[in-house]
Amino acid sequence: MQPILSVTNVSKTYASGFRALEHVNLDIRRGEIFALLGPNGAGKTTLISIICGIVTLSEGTVSVAGYDIGRDYRKTRSMIGLVPQELTTDAFETVWATVSFSRGLFGKPRNDAYVEKVLKELSLWDKKDNKIMTLSGGMKRRVLIAKALAHEPQILFLDEPTAGVDVELRQDMWDIVRALRAEGVTIILTTHYIDEAEEMADRIGVMHKGEIILVEDKAELMRKLGKKQLTLHLQKRLEAIPEALAAHRLTLAPGGGEIIYTYDTQGERTGITALLKDLNLAGIRFRDLHTTQSSLEDIFVDLVRQRR
Amino acid sequence: MNLRAVRAIYAFEMARTGRTMLQSIVSPVVSTSLYFVVFGAAIGARIPEVEGVSYGAFIVPGLIMLMLLTQSVMNASFGIYFPRFTGTIYEILSAPISYFEVVLGYVGAAATKSVILGLVVLATSWLLIPLHIAHPVWMIAFLLLTAVSFSLFGFILGLWADGFEKLQVVPLLIITPLTFLGGTFYSINLLPPAWQTVALCNPVVYLISGFRWSFFETADVSVALSLAMTVLFLAVCLATVWVMFKTGYRLKK
Repeated sequence: MQPILSVTNVSKTYASGFRALEHVNLDIRRGEIFALLGPNGAGKTTLISIICGIVTLSEGTVSVAGYDIGRDYRKTRSMIGLVPQELTTDAFETVWATVSFSRGLFGKPRNDAYVEKVLKELSLWDKKDNKIMTLSGGMKRRVLIAKALAHEPQILFLDEPTAGVDVELRQDMWDIVRALRAEGVTIILTTHYIDEAEEMADRIGVMHKGEIILVEDKAELMRKLGKKQLTLHLQKRLEAIPEALAAHRLTLAPGGGEIIYTYDTQGERTGITALLKDLNLAGIRFRDLHTTQSSLEDIFVDLVRQRR
Repeated sequence: MNLRAVRAIYAFEMARTGRTMLQSIVSPVVSTSLYFVVFGAAIGARIPEVEGVSYGAFIVPGLIMLMLLTQSVMNASFGIYFPRFTGTIYEILSAPISYFEVVLGYVGAAATKSVILGLVVLATSWLLIPLHIAHPVWMIAFLLLTAVSFSLFGFILGLWADGFEKLQVVPLLIITPLTFLGGTFYSINLLPPAWQTVALCNPVVYLISGFRWSFFETADVSVALSLAMTVLFLAVCLATVWVMFKTGYRLKK
């Protein structure tokens, strides 16, 4: 299937000489939720801004549903909705006016029923006649989403949509994203909350210093890079790991009550059977055990650290 | 052509005007009335006719031009500078809209507002002073042409400015002096010959002269020259805007 968005060999050098993007290649599949992760200054916002037409690219091409963002900008831009990172709103406008404005700006005929639907879905309906300046930060964020959805886009960019948003609103926000995906909207988001990418995304891309260093199905990524830890809760505390167990590279938790064994889920042998056998021989008994899989956050931190 | 977008920008800008209508309408009416009281009635009563026109009537076209120029520049410059300042410009830049359409929306709205104000000043004058307009069609044509040209100039200013200070300084220190020196309150024929030559370097002279001709059929320079200079100014502004957008000047990084 043709990707809905194709970024080919895109580089960006700002007038200051700062190289923000370095030969970025990325294909986004129709209907997926794609999470773009990366530390501050990795180039995420620059990439999004280029695709949306706010920043000009220095090299490369970007196409949306087969149309070039330069030559066919009218077609590509009308397919895209953007929710920017900053809360940039017109203070004196009403919610209804600003969302209707966005619809007109993107060339769509007036459709009050649709705007009403969007506002209701975003719990903004009872605020429709309020001036934006009277709204809370979270509500402003919703207004920005409503504006981005006003022209019924096929692709929605959410640039750190939950930065500075309270827990409840964050949950709401993800419900909205799920609902949009169910309607067939392709969603590309950047976030600092890695747990959200882990929970929401179908695929994950990691950016670092202007390059995309990894793009992977989330599940595959977790599987590939995932390390597991086995924690054994001991019946009797240990002073130190016995010599006989040195080969297993165990870690003794502070206090001596737990032994931690780290293993690779991808390895041919995890070594768990051998470990348990050796523990038995050494006379170490345990009353409980549990395993944990490393989170996306651990993977992300590892990846970025390796690049430094 | 994305006419819906042009309409959206136009309506947005006009709504902004609507919110500040009281200040937009009342202040020019008050200041124009003051000019008439001071220059028309008090001082003007002691001034003989200028080129066959009573002094009170003579200054009407100049005052309308003064209003038209400052309002066009201020409106258009604020219209585009404010979204740049607040960051809401992102939406304009990411919309399926050409630069020409952006200019049409913003400049169209700014010009509309200043034409309305120009007509309000004209109506106020009408109440205070007996007026006869010799060429109403040409009067409207000059009014529109000037409003559009100077709104474009304001738009350029709004793109160029990197702070509120520049936005204020240009109308205050450039437009207003040029208008005062351009013959708002006198015919440049009254100046010593050397200063008449200097005055001809002032583009506003041509605007006021042409506009005044449409009222009284008297002019400092020929009407054709007035028209040509106005159109030239318009063309220069259009070319500047085109280059600015082409290069993404102060809009796109």
